[in-house]
Amino acid sequence: MAKITYHTHDNKTHTVDVQKGLTVMEGAIQNDIPGIDADCGGGMACATCHVYVKEEWLDKLPAKEDGEEDMLDMAFEPKNNSRLSCQLIVSDELDGLEVNIPSKQG
Amino acid sequence: MNKTDVLIIGAGPTGLFCAHQLGIIGLSCEIVDNLDKAGGQCIELYPDKPIYDIPAVPECTGEELTNNLLEQIKPFNVKFHLNERVEQLKKTESRWNIKTSGGKEFDVAAIVIAGGVGSFEPRKFSLKECEKFEGSSLFYSIKDKTIFNDKTISIFGGGDSALDWAIELSNTSKVNLIHRRDGFSGAEASVKKVKELNDNGKLNLFTKYQMDSVSGDKNIESLKIKHDEGEIKEIKSDYVLGFFGLIMQLGPILNWGLNINKKTIEVNTENFETNIKGIFAIGDICSYPGKLKLILSGFHEGALAARGCFKYAKPDEKLRFEFTTTSKAAQERLGIKK
Repeated sequence: MAKITYHTHDNKTHTVDVQKGLTVMEGAIQNDIPGIDADCGGGMACATCHVYVKEEWLDKLPAKEDGEEDMLDMAFEPKNNSRLSCQLIVSDELDGLEVNIPSKQG
Repeated sequence: MNKTDVLIIGAGPTGLFCAHQLGIIGLSCEIVDNLDKAGGQCIELYPDKPIYDIPAVPECTGEELTNNLLEQIKPFNVKFHLNERVEQLKKTESRWNIKTSGGKEFDVAAIVIAGGVGSFEPRKFSLKECEKFEGSSLFYSIKDKTIFNDKTISIFGGGDSALDWAIELSNTSKVNLIHRRDGFSGAEASVKKVKELNDNGKLNLFTKYQMDSVSGDKNIESLKIKHDEGEIKEIKSDYVLGFFGLIMQLGPILNWGLNINKKTIEVNTENFETNIKGIFAIGDICSYPGKLKLILSGFHEGALAARGCFKYAKPDEKLRFEFTTTSKAAQERLGIKK
């Protein structure tokens, strides 16, 4: 288990234990954290699991695969710290990760 | 008025195979889809990407799968109503009256919702002021390109639509192309062309910029774009075009009184009927304990929903289980000549 903190747009903070091997997206869905739609189910075929990663964690994340940046072009208000949460696999290294969920995904 | 046994909402793989299953058991159907072609997510999201988990098909692309399904339902002459979104359902005694966005009307015995994750709609600018100009000087698709002749157009996006339109309109208009990063997701040749046009002064390319504000009275007059580092530029513009791909929205389905949970419709697993008698839901849009969002699950759900429709379409007849291998009736419907 790793602790992942999701800051939702209504200024609420949700810290949950997510099983290693699951993605940050799945952690949000399983714990009913609002704001992550994940329409395509984790296939990097939409941009509705978009999150902003807290700056200090950016370097610790796996590099983006080719398609991720392309999908982020279609995200709602993408920024430099934008990632698709379906591409972030929870591991010991990500224990304590904090992400902000945008105000909407569409 | 289009009268048929079943209306299928959604022309993705699940909807297409359900049409096949309806045809096999002797029911007629028509299909409505909001996109301009059949295939749903397979065509819109991953036409060239491989799929490896269709039973007995080791590998195929989204486009191939769609074409094969269309081939498979050919004998049934299914009528498609594309570029139409179902807006309204009304129960009329034992049947349903349906109205679409394009004003088409249907009279059917049952409805199968195979709507995926909803209908595809263009993704819009997040800026609130943009709504005011939508349809007059701000667009997400182009219907008549001649309105842009000799005008200044600002195009946002980095995919094929943005690049292709920037290239084409640069012949007749002054074009600004604005994208949030240096990389583009569009075709390499188009990226090269855009950069060439920029170097020759035929087009102005702004990368690492995003929309900051728009201003104008009735129509857009100028807009401000903001660089990653915070610098703001004001550019004069008569029109703004946004090409950020498509998002999926449930839309009017939400208003039909169905039990909806997290953007999906609850169904039973016996025949995939919803809480409303005569309305079925299959594929990604339905939910039940153990639901897998796989195409193969959608096929199974479609086969059972088709049989669920039978009692509404032919209340006085009894449906007998048959194999296509041996059923004369099924083979006749498939147009097989022996």
